Amino acid sequence: MNFEHVAGKTKGTVTLYALSTCIWCKKTKELLSSLGIAFDYVYVDLLKGDDRSNAIEKIKKYNPSTSFPTLVIGEKAIVGFREKEIKEALA
Amino acid sequence: MAAELAEPTDQEVQALCLRLDKEAKQGGYFLNPDADFVKGLVRGLLVNERRYGYRACPCRLAADDRSSDLDIICPCYYRDADVVEYGACYCALYVSKAVLLGEQPLGSIPERRPPMEKRLAKPESSAVSLDAGSLLLSVPVWRCLVCGYLCGREGPPEVCPICKAGKERFERFI
Repeated sequence: MNFEHVAGKTKGTVTLYALSTCIWCKKTKELLSSLGIAFDYVYVDLLKGDDRSNAIEKIKKYNPSTSFPTLVIGEKAIVGFREKEIKEALA
Repeated sequence: MAAELAEPTDQEVQALCLRLDKEAKQGGYFLNPDADFVKGLVRGLLVNERRYGYRACPCRLAADDRSSDLDIICPCYYRDADVVEYGACYCALYVSKAVLLGEQPLGSIPERRPPMEKRLAKPESSAVSLDAGSLLLSVPVWRCLVCGYLCGREGPPEVCPICKAGKERFERFI
């Protein structure tokens, strides 16, 4: 699975599972960028075959409904564009 | 590959925005008042239409299989319940009147669509169950799974007159 890396301040492992067509995913990605945090992201809708199933399995561990965006900060997952929670988790 | 598909043009986005707005108003629904936000979602719908052949919700992961995704073709089966409960559908393309008028703030909406295992195990049906012979109908009653429109006729209409859902999204209700 190929994650895109965005450089910035290191706040532990920050991984964003997103969809390329989703506005809320876009807002989440923009929020992370504006906070200057280093993170990795992947557009699950653009993955095929095993890459896609692997990504879905990983997301399920944190978010059984496999909805997007799923943001994983360390071992904590934030589902949806929850600006306040995301900012607090990365403060 | 998805990357090889042509991006929707601004004209296509604009045309679909206008059409959806008109259809929403006709059916008593409201699009999100943020025009740029709507454009972004409509672009996603057009990308999905190119990619999968149907306008899957841009904020959900489509299976690239029409029959598994019937529930998330926009407008989705979950729109009405989410608009009532949260003031907007899952992606916030459609909003309640209170949100439209700025009387209700919008927050992140939890996913109402059941996980895949549940959808496969128990196909959704809201059909009325009646004891045999308790009701005599001259024609069956069909229900639109998107908006709840009911009609009595031999088969479902090609397109729902209220929400424009296709006939494959109707179920026999009675």
